Amino acid sequence: MSANLTFPKGGVHPPEAKGLTEKLAVEVMPLPDELELVLGMHIGAPCTPTVKRREEITEGAVIGDVKKGLGVPLHAPAAGSVKAIASSAHPMRVSTPSITIKTDPEAAPLTWEANGDWRNESAEALLGKVHDAGIIGIGGAGFPTHVKLKPPADNPVDTLLLNGAECEPYITADHRTMLEQAEAIVEGAKILLKILGIKTCAIGIESNKPDAISTMNAAVAAATEPAYDIRVETLEVKYPQGSEKQLIQAITGRKVPSLALPSAVGVVVHNVSTTKAVYEAVALGKPLIEKVITVSGRGINKPANLLVKIGTKVSDIVEYCGGCTPDLARIVLGGPMMGFAVSTLDIPVTKTTSSILFLTEDEIDTREMSNCIRCGWCLEACPMGLEPKEIGVYVEANRAEDTAQFGVFDCFECGSCAYVCPAKRPLVQLIRLAKMKAKRS
Amino acid sequence: MWNVSVSPHVRSNESVDKIMWTVVACLVPPLVLSIFVFGIQVLFITAASVLSCMAVEAISQKLLGKPITVRDGSAALTGMLLAFVVPPGVGYMTPVLGAVMAIYIGKHLMGGIGYNIFNPALLGRAFLLATFPVAMTSAWLPPMTDGALFTYMTGAVDAISTATPLAVIKEQGMVGFRDTYGSGMEVYASFFLGWKPGCIGETSGLLLVLGGLFLMYKRYITWHIPVSMLATMAVLAWLFGGETLFTGDPILHLVTGGALLGAIYMATDYVTSPSTKSAQLVYGAGIGALTMLIRLKGGYPEGVCYAILLMNPLSTVLDSWFKPKRFAGPAGGDK
Repeated sequence: MSANLTFPKGGVHPPEAKGLTEKLAVEVMPLPDELELVLGMHIGAPCTPTVKRREEITEGAVIGDVKKGLGVPLHAPAAGSVKAIASSAHPMRVSTPSITIKTDPEAAPLTWEANGDWRNESAEALLGKVHDAGIIGIGGAGFPTHVKLKPPADNPVDTLLLNGAECEPYITADHRTMLEQAEAIVEGAKILLKILGIKTCAIGIESNKPDAISTMNAAVAAATEPAYDIRVETLEVKYPQGSEKQLIQAITGRKVPSLALPSAVGVVVHNVSTTKAVYEAVALGKPLIEKVITVSGRGINKPANLLVKIGTKVSDIVEYCGGCTPDLARIVLGGPMMGFAVSTLDIPVTKTTSSILFLTEDEIDTREMSNCIRCGWCLEACPMGLEPKEIGVYVEANRAEDTAQFGVFDCFECGSCAYVCPAKRPLVQLIRLAKMKAKRS
Repeated sequence: MWNVSVSPHVRSNESVDKIMWTVVACLVPPLVLSIFVFGIQVLFITAASVLSCMAVEAISQKLLGKPITVRDGSAALTGMLLAFVVPPGVGYMTPVLGAVMAIYIGKHLMGGIGYNIFNPALLGRAFLLATFPVAMTSAWLPPMTDGALFTYMTGAVDAISTATPLAVIKEQGMVGFRDTYGSGMEVYASFFLGWKPGCIGETSGLLLVLGGLFLMYKRYITWHIPVSMLATMAVLAWLFGGETLFTGDPILHLVTGGALLGAIYMATDYVTSPSTKSAQLVYGAGIGALTMLIRLKGGYPEGVCYAILLMNPLSTVLDSWFKPKRFAGPAGGDK
């Protein structure tokens, strides 16, 4: 058996910590009393509300839309009434406009059923459904999916990649989705292939998920048809394997140029859970109103993989998961390598939330930083071949304007550099500061 | 109550402390052998060096208003290395003064750890060589084979003039060397195992190499600098070290003097050496070449100390010439 596919340069091996939740089947979280729908969940222009206070709404109704600019509509995840149009806490923006819905516990949840055969519809019509369902990259990027499915004419696409790597420690949401919804993912892949007008799809899965690999292989085999060429590729376990550029290089060998998009090398990448959402939107008419997230870490009493309504507050999830343990030290939305630490539980899940981690003191590293000792380990770890140590030292010396030469604009903040730094320097933070001031060369 | 910080929230177990103290630990076996070969005063010289380096660091940082970081082990390591490059017969004040130069001037006045241009231990040694030229070039002691630890402590430690192998080569040529030591594998073996006059840390090549292999296993150092330095030395020794071309003795030059100590522990110092592998190969080769130049053609019998100090300032330049390879260039360029 030949070695698994991987990217050759850089990368680190943080402890996987998936044992807490990888064997837990997805649980449906009971409907909370309130949902807070952030209006700016996707990359692009934020939604403006299309409902008013006290308005009664049904499950799946449009409550926000983007009139001008890049974006997708926002839907009510449950029936109820609009309690407020105000703002919610946000890990990056501190506070962000949102719609609060008071849910109706009496309302019967809708069952979304197949309405016609998507194969009879045109690529354009399918694309419209993807947009209308409010689908964005729910792996974490939040880019409107319908835009990714229409690459510019001068950069034709020949390969679709599905990202099942889930390389961040702790997170097992995509893993469970592949185990439990494999057929939906494969069908979603075919829909994406039809929209793109191509036939080749590769699904990349890290080798630490052997059950998902065999389940997806079986689903692909059971659904073979001559129009589509879908295969599963096993990837070496290495962070950041799930990063778009690294995934593309590992599976196809192509390198996306600096500051360019994957379409520049003829590839489009979609997360497996986004693909499942596309299937549900097109085949079942279901908008993006709920998603699977992982709740993990030793700081929560009952770790789980939960199917939650978008807009569910972290405080409600904490209560459902048995509360926090006394040695909780940090709460992270996302993975431990790139996720955002939050200071309040009063924060709602968005379409791009992949996990909520409750980490104890011995799961995190709070050691103080010291001077750069020029060991060069960050140069080895950086998957993009940049120079984090130089950027850090320049920022400390108030010369952030001159850091473009070290590749600061190619950095996607994966955290590999800071992970290996023996001097515990907050390199990602220093790089973010550099990006604010660096002059483009 | 929980806390917040910027990602990543998990980090590797390695730390500066762990690295420094591990290297210190790797130097303990050669130190122990040196005590058996040259006597117990080696322990006191080393202790004086380590403690004064740590004390000078604490005092320097206090005077400069900076947080005191002695616990990270870097000053202790400098102390060990400084002791390792002085002859075993020097007085106890010698390493103390060397510590002031190495730590206060060579490290903290330059900006503290990470900012020093020159290897602090070697800067200390160069200072001592200039300040105490007689002691630093003649306080050699013949190795004891009976392990009588207190031999050299009785009475004043007079400079028993025993020349080091490199001094014999410099003054009497290879002919004189063979007269004094003989030739063949036994000579190499006894030098490699530690039975020769020299500085405290130059004794056992074997123990130094074992320590180096352990550090490579831990990924604290890589082979690039030691191998490029020693290979360059070997080639140049073979080319130019004999009476005629191609008649030199490469092995002899690797097992004598500070070659192994310098290659494994001094030249590989993170702060003063380049960070990329290609730059490191050039750096190591440069040190090897300068060492042989000084050994064969210069006035001193040993060249490792100055060779490293001369290459130290070039580390930044070499790093800028050999940058890491980017994942991909901009669109339209190379694909």
